[in-house]
Amino acid sequence: MSGWEPVIGLEIHVQLKTRTKMFCRCENGFGGTPNSQTCPVCLALPGALPVPNRRAVEECIKLGLALECRVAERAVFHRKNYFYPDLPKAYQISQYDEPLCSNGRLAVPTPDGPVTVGIVRAHLEEDAAKNVHVAASGRLHGATATLVDFNRGGTPLVEIVTAPDLHDADTAKRFLQLLRQTVVELGLSDAELEKGSMRFDVNVSVRPAGSDELRTRTELKNMNSFNFAARGIEREIARQIRVYEAGETVEQETLHFDPSNEDSPPIRTKEEAQDYRYFAEPDLVPVHPPDEVVERLRAEIGELPGARIARIAETLSFYDADVLVTGGLDRLWSEVVAAGAEPKEAANVLANQFVATGADPAAVNAAELAKLVRARAEIPRAAFDDALAKVGEPGFSADPYLARKAVADAAELDPVIDRVLAANPGQVEQYRGGKEGLLGFFVGQVMKETAGAADARAVNARLREKLGAGG
Amino acid sequence: MIDTLTLTAEGAKDLLERGEVSGAELFAAYRDAIAVRDEELHAYLHVCDDPGGDGLPIAIKDVIGTKGVPTTAGSKALEGYVPVYDATVVARCRAHGFRILGKTNTDEFAMGSSTENSAFGPTHNPWDPSRVPGGSGGGSAAAVTAGLAPWALGSDTGGSIKQPSALCGNVGLRPTYGTVSRYGVVAFASSLDQVGPVARTVRDCAYLYSVIAGRDENDSTTVDSPPIELPCDTQLAGVRIGVPRELNDAEGIEPGVRDAVRAAIDLAVELGASVEECSLPRSVEYGLACYYLIAPAEASSNLARYDGVRYGLRAEGADFREMVMRTRHDGLGDEPKRRIMLGTYALSAGYYDAYYGTAQRVRTVIRREHDELFERFDVLVSPTSPTVAFPLGARADNPLAMYLSDLLTIPSCVAGLPGLNVPCGLSEGLPVGLQLIGPQFSENALFRVGHALEQALGFDPVPARYRS
Repeated sequence: MSGWEPVIGLEIHVQLKTRTKMFCRCENGFGGTPNSQTCPVCLALPGALPVPNRRAVEECIKLGLALECRVAERAVFHRKNYFYPDLPKAYQISQYDEPLCSNGRLAVPTPDGPVTVGIVRAHLEEDAAKNVHVAASGRLHGATATLVDFNRGGTPLVEIVTAPDLHDADTAKRFLQLLRQTVVELGLSDAELEKGSMRFDVNVSVRPAGSDELRTRTELKNMNSFNFAARGIEREIARQIRVYEAGETVEQETLHFDPSNEDSPPIRTKEEAQDYRYFAEPDLVPVHPPDEVVERLRAEIGELPGARIARIAETLSFYDADVLVTGGLDRLWSEVVAAGAEPKEAANVLANQFVATGADPAAVNAAELAKLVRARAEIPRAAFDDALAKVGEPGFSADPYLARKAVADAAELDPVIDRVLAANPGQVEQYRGGKEGLLGFFVGQVMKETAGAADARAVNARLREKLGAGG
Repeated sequence: MIDTLTLTAEGAKDLLERGEVSGAELFAAYRDAIAVRDEELHAYLHVCDDPGGDGLPIAIKDVIGTKGVPTTAGSKALEGYVPVYDATVVARCRAHGFRILGKTNTDEFAMGSSTENSAFGPTHNPWDPSRVPGGSGGGSAAAVTAGLAPWALGSDTGGSIKQPSALCGNVGLRPTYGTVSRYGVVAFASSLDQVGPVARTVRDCAYLYSVIAGRDENDSTTVDSPPIELPCDTQLAGVRIGVPRELNDAEGIEPGVRDAVRAAIDLAVELGASVEECSLPRSVEYGLACYYLIAPAEASSNLARYDGVRYGLRAEGADFREMVMRTRHDGLGDEPKRRIMLGTYALSAGYYDAYYGTAQRVRTVIRREHDELFERFDVLVSPTSPTVAFPLGARADNPLAMYLSDLLTIPSCVAGLPGLNVPCGLSEGLPVGLQLIGPQFSENALFRVGHALEQALGFDPVPARYRS
């Protein structure tokens, strides 16, 4: 793709986990019996009026502040008009030319240094309801009717639009992961792609390298994993380059992916020029966020994940820092290191073994974990694994596991080693014949016999002695 | 024997409190009157059985949602629709023990000036059944005048309370925008819609306003308003009245209407008011045009929810798009369709700035022009309607002529200001209405001036043909 520069912009929707919906008092958090969490407002019964959720407004501002946005002194809700069964008012209350937050940026750490991505806007709107297509047989295929579940309708959404500042799929993926981590840490959303509480569309175009034109873009929709998105972007970049190199032009269209089947090619649709007839929502008054509220929200924001990656990467590799922070492990890592564990060792344990246990990092006693990390080389592998599996349990103590010192004493190891050698005469002969790679086999057998209690280094040494002596 | 034609709400309340009649007897008296006179008038779309309660009966315009009582907004699109919740104004009436007599006729979605746009047939003027009662709230106005309710709730977007009150000869208030909740009221144009009282006297009107006014947490455009004082002063000393030239000399004002309004102004001087001519040039020249961009634009969006998915009429169609198109084709009448098309056009990309955007800027100009006058005047006066009640069908085929019925009420509505209609005499045997306009939150001043004039004028609100 030399000679071509991809241009990528993202539009992300994040569902806020406020207690109630955006414009009514219905419980937010759909999934109950269809249409059980509804009221005149979110069903758009005649005469119903929206009342904005103050908490949602504050959370949008908080996210905007985390993205270094300017918070509007006056923000306005607009109506976006279109007919669809999941949109009961036939307009979505959204924001248009006076959004709550605008003109921000997010620095994305990458192995080659940070990439700063402009945030055009972060605004507040309401989610649509959910259409369920059913057939007489009750199956999806060949659907003949559409049922609408309005429980989701009216869920607060923050829409974040980036500038077209991204130029490769990997950084786009990193941006999305970092944004997700930021939203989750701020406690604004679960931001789970599978559940749709975080969704994103990607705009892709390519241009001759060195040019600053913006060529026709295509929009990629319905990608429900970051890896899937990265692959989709790469494929689309390659396709557009092929189109241009064949002397043809890229057409503006939308590519709808099938999230349930990552291998199926996207369905392409022409982008219709929709006229949403935006106008200021006359049922709502403009929002004027008071300075003291903005400052309170700003004060609630701690050190953000992007900054922490950069900071930790000064101690560890970028890769380790990235894994720790995006895995939500860096706070625990800092505590474990502060409690005396070696930084790199602690990072390895957390990123590889601890993650596999599925334990909640927040539930871990860092001092006890630090003891374990420090003793890792001295205690049996089995004791370490057992301890790690329980490290998140309340009242966990590392001491009983540390007491299980590895067996390094020749007097204890010799009978076991002798048994193993006697049981495998063929392998012993091969080893002595020069197949020294078999040493690992014998070590493994001894470890198995001792249920992991043996000190691997001692076993190694002893085996070499015994096998060498016989030769 | 209760004479519902002459009984005021205040009088009825007196009878109830003195124990001379029971609430049930009172309700039955109005039901009897409805049985006798409403076949001819068709003021009601739906009549209720006595729901009980310890207060007065009341009629509710059918754009105002009533729990358990059909609410159609005069449209086939909502035929058979029964709300599951009360509008805030209805809840406040119920909290006062008011008993709902029924739902009154209206132009479809309150779009019209004659009640002829009701999908369920027009209402007739109690003074002359061959004439219209005005609109859109012709049902509420006719019901009050014909003694079919002691008072009623109406709704006003560009004159739908004041103009029918003028044509039927009773008192109607369009309150300051934001003082009365719109929650539960079928929306026409959200930035203009206001619920208000229709009554036989200014005092009744003021009392009913005090019941419904006040901030509502379900309508974020509402504000707190000053407490209401029932007017009792019969003098107007110190009151400064402005007479906007453009509202009083407009083309199309009938001579009889002009004479009755002039007489009322002269009377105000006798009562001690100072009167001076003034001018609202841009408000009157551009008011109607501004209104007919903003109101249809908002209506085109507000009426989009009648798509057949959740309630009301649904026509069959092969897919969603066809079902929606057929539902709206069958459910909506010509006037809503006309305004939806106007409004959709005004909001369209490429036209927004020229139409809707400009109208919003003009609206600010109109508001300022009124504000400037209120530095010098307490109230402005003019005819409410350029004409007395016109014959049924006279303007039905000419939307522009119909729109001009609201020429004098629209500018102050666009400015969000309160306006009161007080009957001030007859022309050709039909009532003439005097419009009083005040600054924001000046309802008490309007009631005071209205009450003093009402006392001095001595207008008999009972239609001649009902007098025995």
